[in-house]
Amino acid sequence: MQFSFTNEQEDFRGILRRFFSARSPSSEVRKLMETEAGFDRETWKKLNQELGLTAVHIPEAYGGQGFGCVELGIVLEEMGRVLLCAPYFSSVVLAATAILNAGTEEQKRKLLPAIAAGDTTATLAFTEDNGLWDASGVAMTATGTKLNGTKSFVVDGHTADLIVVLARQPGTSGDKGLSLFTVRGDAPGLKRTPLKTMDATRKLARLEFKDVEAELLGEAGQAAAPFAKTMTQAVVCLANEMAGGADHLRETSLEYAQMRMQFGRPIAAFQSMKHKQADMLVDVETAKSAAYYAAAAFDDNAADLTAVASLAKACVAEAYLQTAVHAIQVRGGIGFTWDEDTHLWFKRAKSSEVFLGDANYHRELMMQHWAAA
Amino acid sequence: MSEPTEADVRAEVSAWLKANFNPDYGLVEWRLKLVESGWGAPHYPKEWYGRGLPVKFNAVVDEEFAKIGAVTVCRAGIRTLAAATIIDHGTDLHKEKFLRRILTGEDTWCQLFSEPGSGSDMAAATTRAELKGNKWIVNGQKVWTTSAHKADWALLLARTDWDQPKHKGLSYFLLNMRQPGVNAQPLKQMNGHASFNQVFITDAEIEPELQMGKNGEGWKIATTTLMHERRGAGALRTWAMPSTRTGRIYREENAEIATTMEPYKWYPQRAGRVDLLLDRAKATGKINDPVVRQELAKVLVLSKSAEWTAMRARAAQALGRPQGPEGSLGKLLGSHVARAAARVHTMIDGANAMLTGSDGTLDGVIAEVLVSVPATSIAGGTDEIQRNIIAERILQMPKEADPFANKPFRDVPRNTVSKVG
Repeated sequence: MQFSFTNEQEDFRGILRRFFSARSPSSEVRKLMETEAGFDRETWKKLNQELGLTAVHIPEAYGGQGFGCVELGIVLEEMGRVLLCAPYFSSVVLAATAILNAGTEEQKRKLLPAIAAGDTTATLAFTEDNGLWDASGVAMTATGTKLNGTKSFVVDGHTADLIVVLARQPGTSGDKGLSLFTVRGDAPGLKRTPLKTMDATRKLARLEFKDVEAELLGEAGQAAAPFAKTMTQAVVCLANEMAGGADHLRETSLEYAQMRMQFGRPIAAFQSMKHKQADMLVDVETAKSAAYYAAAAFDDNAADLTAVASLAKACVAEAYLQTAVHAIQVRGGIGFTWDEDTHLWFKRAKSSEVFLGDANYHRELMMQHWAAA
Repeated sequence: MSEPTEADVRAEVSAWLKANFNPDYGLVEWRLKLVESGWGAPHYPKEWYGRGLPVKFNAVVDEEFAKIGAVTVCRAGIRTLAAATIIDHGTDLHKEKFLRRILTGEDTWCQLFSEPGSGSDMAAATTRAELKGNKWIVNGQKVWTTSAHKADWALLLARTDWDQPKHKGLSYFLLNMRQPGVNAQPLKQMNGHASFNQVFITDAEIEPELQMGKNGEGWKIATTTLMHERRGAGALRTWAMPSTRTGRIYREENAEIATTMEPYKWYPQRAGRVDLLLDRAKATGKINDPVVRQELAKVLVLSKSAEWTAMRARAAQALGRPQGPEGSLGKLLGSHVARAAARVHTMIDGANAMLTGSDGTLDGVIAEVLVSVPATSIAGGTDEIQRNIIAERILQMPKEADPFANKPFRDVPRNTVSKVG
């Protein structure tokens, strides 16, 4: 198991950090989050071409760079640090991974190069109005290749060029009868409505399907396993993204405390503040350890990978939110204003806490694995 | 002369051990031979029982000892710290008088630093040493002393100048524990064990040549001792594995290990016994209680992420990278883990958590967890001190202002010394 990054990985991280801090300052984040799409296609395309980000974990045979989950985790951590507004989690982490896990060789060759090149944006539509994160919540029906039903909480669902959809044969339940399909974003019968999201930097949409003609992805009725594997990787990626956001909040909170003068001294000189900052460091560093371990476990195909992925999500979710709460408290009144940036990360922490399952949900998944062992 | 290679060292120690080690030796008899050869402490100078080898070769030498089951010099607890401090700061007389008997295990040592009135603020010690005639005369009280009642000698921190600021008025002495003025009493803890002593010192005498360093250098030297203590924790654990081999020397060594480790037998419980949680939850059926499942999962999340944080620190160290913040969080994380584990042990144990000893779960082990965990966030630096260290050394936050930093110690407000318990 890898407990340190290689020099190449550290260099990669350094390049990303410099790029993102120059190209995605909070002024840019604020500008993009006010738009309905949540990103600017041309700006994103240019940034992506310079760094090749959408290709990172897609194998070379499909136009990608063939790196592992550790490298993908680095990309997400650095994106999470700056709240980069781009259809990356949806296209790369969710859609490309689902296609890799479920698609036939021919489908992978057809669909992945355009995502790897950043020309096609995509997403995975799996949750529905019931807000369940596993296959048990899927009610959308696929009669042959005709889809009927509603998907909700779909990341970038209103802008994606290509939508991977999880649906089931009528009359089946649980893991049985599940299939994945691909649908063009402009398919007839598909109605896409952007949702008002508390975290404006991650856009969600509700998708209504009325007799939408779709293309089967992989084998009919066999989607449960590739979907579950996709979720595991997505959870690991989200944990790394969240660790980056938490680390950013911790660092800026420390800078603020060092600079803010009250009672004739920087508030950093007060022991209550020093202890809070020490606790924040403990929270964030353990969260990073869990997120990094989970990414390495994914690349090692560790036997307890699903438990470790859930552990990381549960760990980071609580650390990120706690850090965000502290980050506002450290800043006092100014931290509660719209103009100060902290609330942007606070809201990302809040929505990420729930996205792909909250800490209780993941602790239960973890226990199902370890209690049986 | 050029430095030997690892292969040279390995060959040489291996040949010497094969020619000389015999399990029918008495423990001290063998160690006397070993000490004279220099292989007992190869990183010590040649003139002082060592071979002047770089410290990196110690692991190689240890491996060769382990291969044939050769017994090493005594590496038990405080006497190792005494030896390391004597090597760093001692006079030739100190080295001559003490080193050999420490390495052979003939003398045992204890550390007289903490006092009832100076816990986290250890430099505020008020035990007093005064030069009267040709002797230092010591009066005061020390506490949290491991195995003081068995010790022959002590490392003593005492105040010699009350007109200097706190850190500058301390001096360092080597105190003979076998004298009438020294009285070590066991200190019973809330978990019923008595792993430490309080030591009452009344007109105890020290020869002037047994002072280490000059007047006022006590704090500096004590810091070296504490540094060796932090580094040495792992070594003690390795050394303290009893041997299963047969022969007179192993019997004698196992007896020495048993005596040395006796004060530490509750330490696993102090850390919370996370290893028992899953099995206990299954055995009681509480694994099916959704609340217990969640709380148990929280402990596992915490203990695993703490463990992986330590692994990150170790990996960075192995690569020779500068130490990141992850290396300084272990002590505080250990407290969090222990406390969380004790909470969940209580949930799982239910009414049985009210019982102890042979009526308690696992013959009292769980009860011992519950009443030992409070030590974790105190011993070796409280959680509060750990947070100060993290804030000041890692996060570079301002140090606490000390209004008495440059004032004579006699003017600093302090506790009146009273007997603990």
